[in-house]
Amino acid sequence: MPGSRPHAEIDRRNADWYVDKLVQVTVFVSGVSAILFIIGIFVFVTIEGVGFIANTLDFGEFFGSPAWRPTSETKPTYGALALIVGTASVTGLAMLVAVPFSLGAAIFIGEFATGKVRETLKVLVELLAAIPSVVWGFIGLSIMNPLIIDVFNVPVGLSILNSGIILGLMAAPIMTTIAEDALKAVPDTYREAAEAMGATRWQVIFRVVLPAAKNGLVAAVLLGVGRGFGETMAVLMASGHSVNLPTSVFDSVRALTATIAAELGETAQGSDHYAALFTLGIFLFAITFLINLAADVVVRGIRKGK
Amino acid sequence: MSLSPRGTLVCTLVLCAITVASCSRRDSASRAVIQNKGSDTLVNVAQAWAETYKTVNPDVAIAVSGGGSGTGISALINGTVDLANASRRMKDKEIALARKNGVEPKEFIVGYDALAVFLHPNNPIDKFTIAQLADIYGENGGFESWKQFQITVPGCDSAEIVRVSRQNNSGTYAYFKKAILGKEREYKLGSRDLHGSKDVVDLVEHTPCAIGYSGLAYKTPKVKVAAIGMSDDGPFITPSVATAADRSYPIARPLIMYTRGEPKGAVKAYLDWILSDEGQRIIQEKGYAPVRAVAPKQ
Repeated sequence: MPGSRPHAEIDRRNADWYVDKLVQVTVFVSGVSAILFIIGIFVFVTIEGVGFIANTLDFGEFFGSPAWRPTSETKPTYGALALIVGTASVTGLAMLVAVPFSLGAAIFIGEFATGKVRETLKVLVELLAAIPSVVWGFIGLSIMNPLIIDVFNVPVGLSILNSGIILGLMAAPIMTTIAEDALKAVPDTYREAAEAMGATRWQVIFRVVLPAAKNGLVAAVLLGVGRGFGETMAVLMASGHSVNLPTSVFDSVRALTATIAAELGETAQGSDHYAALFTLGIFLFAITFLINLAADVVVRGIRKGK
Repeated sequence: MSLSPRGTLVCTLVLCAITVASCSRRDSASRAVIQNKGSDTLVNVAQAWAETYKTVNPDVAIAVSGGGSGTGISALINGTVDLANASRRMKDKEIALARKNGVEPKEFIVGYDALAVFLHPNNPIDKFTIAQLADIYGENGGFESWKQFQITVPGCDSAEIVRVSRQNNSGTYAYFKKAILGKEREYKLGSRDLHGSKDVVDLVEHTPCAIGYSGLAYKTPKVKVAAIGMSDDGPFITPSVATAADRSYPIARPLIMYTRGEPKGAVKAYLDWILSDEGQRIIQEKGYAPVRAVAPKQ
């Protein structure tokens, strides 16, 4: 047959064959790299911290005592309770700020705004997400601090309130974007059906769209919580960085992430303090992992539900 | 001009080769690079030294970075710097760790720093005893409110003493602890632990209730500096370059550079120059006390 090429020629390993293979391998490596990285990070963090957790760490002290004194020469103590409470309280307040804001913004952008307004808002929300966290921290330190002192007449403005508001504003854009996607995923037929039944616009949104988008909205909030737990720089600058069990929103606190950031660069590798910081890292990793997993499971719930 | 994919690849490889070659050349001969890292207190002076040294010996480049005494000492222990700046002495544990890594740290005192206690200008107090400071900053210390000093601070209605401190690896933190609280006593928890000498002064400047400590060189016109006395009877000494140099101010500390073993070659020449009159004049200009009296430049 004159038209067909022999198999040997097709199989020959010329430049094209190698390029083809190279691309194949590259795509495969990129595909699995995320998994490799996450495993690599987990292994690395665990190796650095595990010896300390097994030998030195007193769990009762770690979770039960606020005394974080890793550099004491006489008796170092590694109580992380104040740090855990600090992170939780800042994230909690941040969610109180961010959830109404971002859900409101998502509903407005997704259900009410049209045309130019909608496009402009979307761009602005994404722009808000692009502000670097150190800039947010700066706002907290130099604008919010004197403002909070003046308005509430408190001794110092670096507090849960300050960092919670900052963190809320930081988490809001990503939550808005995801929440809006969730609203968009609700089929228009639902809305049309509701309107055909004579429902007002508010009734459509509150009785039909929001319940239908429930899972996506919960996922948005969870991702926001994850963002809050993991944020470092802004919290370091705005929270006051004070080992303290807070009794009000005007108290200074210290976050887990900020502690690692502030101290890790200055500890000798292999020391107990170094390992203790990695223990905080393992703890943080576990929590953010669980939060993201929860968000993922919830999102999967949507797909199954359909 | 358009290149085939293979052409691009070749070009990239050539560029890589050039980059690698130029990087490795640095270490080999002509231009020595001294890595210098550590104390935030010393970083401004270290930078000034490095700047000026360029004119003294253009063949030596000095890379200066800050991060805190602990950072510099860890880097020295881990072998990544030639010179570590520290505003405290190395701890026994750190020296042991260095020896384990085959590094014998050698200490050079390059100047003195007066640790100033800063207050907001509204605060009427102008002097403290060491014991009073210990009761403000130390664990189980009794002072929580400015009312206990029989004063009111305008703008500070709650009268709470807002203690501003440093992160627990800072040399300033360690020195203040040793000088004020002694070896055994710990800091009271709940202080605002800031991440730089300048940040402490900034926060005190904006917070009427605050008290903070930092190197005197970070003083700004908008904060007040308290005089310090060893006992109630005084004498109360105001920190200055002069009172730090003659050691009459009670909380002045040595500023130290550590080398890996006995310094040799470029590092030794640099240290000798730092300790010369010219180097010591620079540290004096930056607001620290020189190791000995130096005549100002004609």
